[in-house]
Amino acid sequence: MSEHIYDAANITNPEHGEHHIVSPAQYSFVFITLLIGTAITVLAANFDMGVFNPIIALAIASTKAVIVILFFMHVKYQSNLIKMTVGAGFFSFLVLITMTLSDYISRAWGLW
Amino acid sequence: MDNTIVSTIQSEPLMPHETSEYEPYEHVYVPQHRHHFETEDQQREAGSFGMWLFLLTEIMFFGGMFFAYLLFRNWYYDAFVTASNQLSVPLGATNTAILISSGFFMALGVWAAEVRKRGLLVLFLILTTLFGLAFLGIKSVEYKEKWDKHHIPGASFDVSEFVNPAIDAKTGKPTQKPLAPDAAQKTQLFFFLYFAMTGMHALHMIIGIGVLFWLLWRAQRGEFSAGYVAPIENFGLYWHFVDIVWLYLFPLLYLINRHPLK
Repeated sequence: MSEHIYDAANITNPEHGEHHIVSPAQYSFVFITLLIGTAITVLAANFDMGVFNPIIALAIASTKAVIVILFFMHVKYQSNLIKMTVGAGFFSFLVLITMTLSDYISRAWGLW
Repeated sequence: MDNTIVSTIQSEPLMPHETSEYEPYEHVYVPQHRHHFETEDQQREAGSFGMWLFLLTEIMFFGGMFFAYLLFRNWYYDAFVTASNQLSVPLGATNTAILISSGFFMALGVWAAEVRKRGLLVLFLILTTLFGLAFLGIKSVEYKEKWDKHHIPGASFDVSEFVNPAIDAKTGKPTQKPLAPDAAQKTQLFFFLYFAMTGMHALHMIIGIGVLFWLLWRAQRGEFSAGYVAPIENFGLYWHFVDIVWLYLFPLLYLINRHPLK
């Protein structure tokens, strides 16, 4: 009988993330940050900044979304597999938006 | 149930990536642990992974509508600006705060389950549900106003407010730029997308509240306060995802077309 044990199931050196518990204090901090973000985005809408209005609004919304994903959804404390999955999902979405939009823009060239 | 690990002994030489060190793995039996998972961590991660894959399909589902909004807003910009000014920013902002609070209590609920506090978990799930219902209540007030003003796209849609905007009594000028009748018809597209996007979001919340009642019933029986938190955690992922959709809907529908009223 061989002394070697083949760890095919990845048991003795598991790569799975440990179960990390986020504290209520940290959740409260995230909660207040999100409320402040909401206040800022409403305030920013009152200024006419031309093309920058939607850009700033989307930037604030994306910042808030990333905070929710990292802390409320625990992605910061998950394994690399989960992090990659989440990143790949949003990346694929951006690729689809870019490709569809470039199709529409190039069909009505100069009319946008 | 026999949950012991059967180690696979093989006689072939070790590959470079394989370790010859063997640390005996201690297997602790817990009732929620399914036998086809080697460890509890593995089971937990497989669950989160599956939940995230589902959420990715949801990104694509809502993404189609977000793209339609992006495209039509560029095509019929004036109509979208005018129609968007019909929405109430105070109501939208209040709803955003309510939804963030609901998400906050859901997050606290996950914590309560992790530290095995049954009473707190039930309390936080109730608060999550109440804030979710408050959101839907305000949303229905907004929908009612659109119904009364004939701003629901279809045969009885009324463009008069967009062609002949109300006159400001002080200045004697229209409160916003009047639209030509054909351009005014394009406001229907804005309201169609408004109802499609917020309606789909509201439907997700209604389904979520249904699931919350089921989780509440199980939580008060103590099912999630003995170390088994996966259903609470994965539902939390869903609920936060619905939050994120609203975090984008609010600025896109309510805010970016707003111009300072002079």
